Amino acid sequence: MNTMNKITHHLSDQLLIGYSAGSLPEAFNLVVATHLSMCDECRAAAQSFDSIGGALLQAQPTENLGDAALAKTMALIAKGPKAAASKPVGSDVPDPLSAYIGGGLNDVKWRPIGLGVRQAVLKTSHAATARLLYIPSGAAVPDHGHRGTELTLVLQGAFRDETARFAAGDVEVADEELHHKPVAEIGHDCICLAATDAPLRFSAWIPRVAQSLFRL
Amino acid sequence: MGMNLDIVQETGASGRQLAYAAFNSNALDDQKANFPAVTQTIPKNIWVDHLKRIQTDQDQQAFAELFGYFAPRVKAFLMKSGASPGMAEDCTQEVMATLWHKAHLFDPSRASVSTWIFTIARNKNIDALRKQRRPEPEELTWGPEAEPEASDVLVMQQESDQLSQAMKALPGQQRELIEKAYFGDLSHGQIAAETGLPLGTIKSRLRLALTKLARR
Repeated sequence: MNTMNKITHHLSDQLLIGYSAGSLPEAFNLVVATHLSMCDECRAAAQSFDSIGGALLQAQPTENLGDAALAKTMALIAKGPKAAASKPVGSDVPDPLSAYIGGGLNDVKWRPIGLGVRQAVLKTSHAATARLLYIPSGAAVPDHGHRGTELTLVLQGAFRDETARFAAGDVEVADEELHHKPVAEIGHDCICLAATDAPLRFSAWIPRVAQSLFRL
Repeated sequence: MGMNLDIVQETGASGRQLAYAAFNSNALDDQKANFPAVTQTIPKNIWVDHLKRIQTDQDQQAFAELFGYFAPRVKAFLMKSGASPGMAEDCTQEVMATLWHKAHLFDPSRASVSTWIFTIARNKNIDALRKQRRPEPEELTWGPEAEPEASDVLVMQQESDQLSQAMKALPGQQRELIEKAYFGDLSHGQIAAETGLPLGTIKSRLRLALTKLARR
């Protein structure tokens, strides 16, 4: 899946190295894998970071294996490959995301979180949370800051915040310093995939109540 | 299959070269015939040929040689990433069995054999040790010429080799930093923004390879 849109906001090298090294929480990996499916620039960068891993592997001092290791491996091979996870067919979102939704955007079970904004939390490991956000045209996600890192990948439509405009394929990497209020552009509803490794910090008390209720 | 694995477990470069020479004089001759001008500078892409033999002929001898070189390194990598020796031993066997089963997916115009094995080992690590799913980017569909061009294969393997050399030449402290990012389970926030990775031209090479894809 490749968007016709020119992607201008990319993943940071730190995140791409973390993805390549395998040290990111699952929710972040999901955002990275979905962005890589849409962005050749970052896909090439991620593969080049994999090649660093390959060079490190090759330069490893060796650990001896047990005497029968090769024979045991041949026995594993004889058993045949493990059944591969069934591939999702024809979805309006990239494959890695489709596997977490169990289909396309029509299959998402949205829950309202106020002011017309809806969300759906996706099941990942607990180190970070992944969610889909549905922001109606012209609506805003309540003003918030972050304790950790927040990744927001636009799947449809576009939003603006205090820093820039983000359209389909663009990813915003927000750290602790950024306090922002994303607003969906007029004309199209905006759908995003977001991941956070710590709870968001809302400026107003009503969203704070909503937060405790809706696991924002 | 009754080969002497000790020969390929030498850690020194000279030992490794010996191993290459012992096992792969034929492979090297083949390359000389195809690429007379540059053969001297790229003696090490012979593992590509091994994978091809596994893929097309289910060649157990080729597999045993590859196993002898890579399995002890995979085990070392897994132990550095936190696996117990017993766990690392079992996972290494599974990684090498996966290599056999997925040999047909290896694309030598996009990765070296060590890079490809690194990605299999990393995913096994996430799956077995961290008990997480690993979202991967969408598979890309290649154009009508499914077989990668020999010149692309050669250049990618050459670049990977240069990357290995550049990594070896890094100052000890910097190398340690990179190793820690890949094996030490640093969070992405702890990964230095400026790691000084000697990526050279491999990134632009990979970017170029992606432009050859047929898009869905």
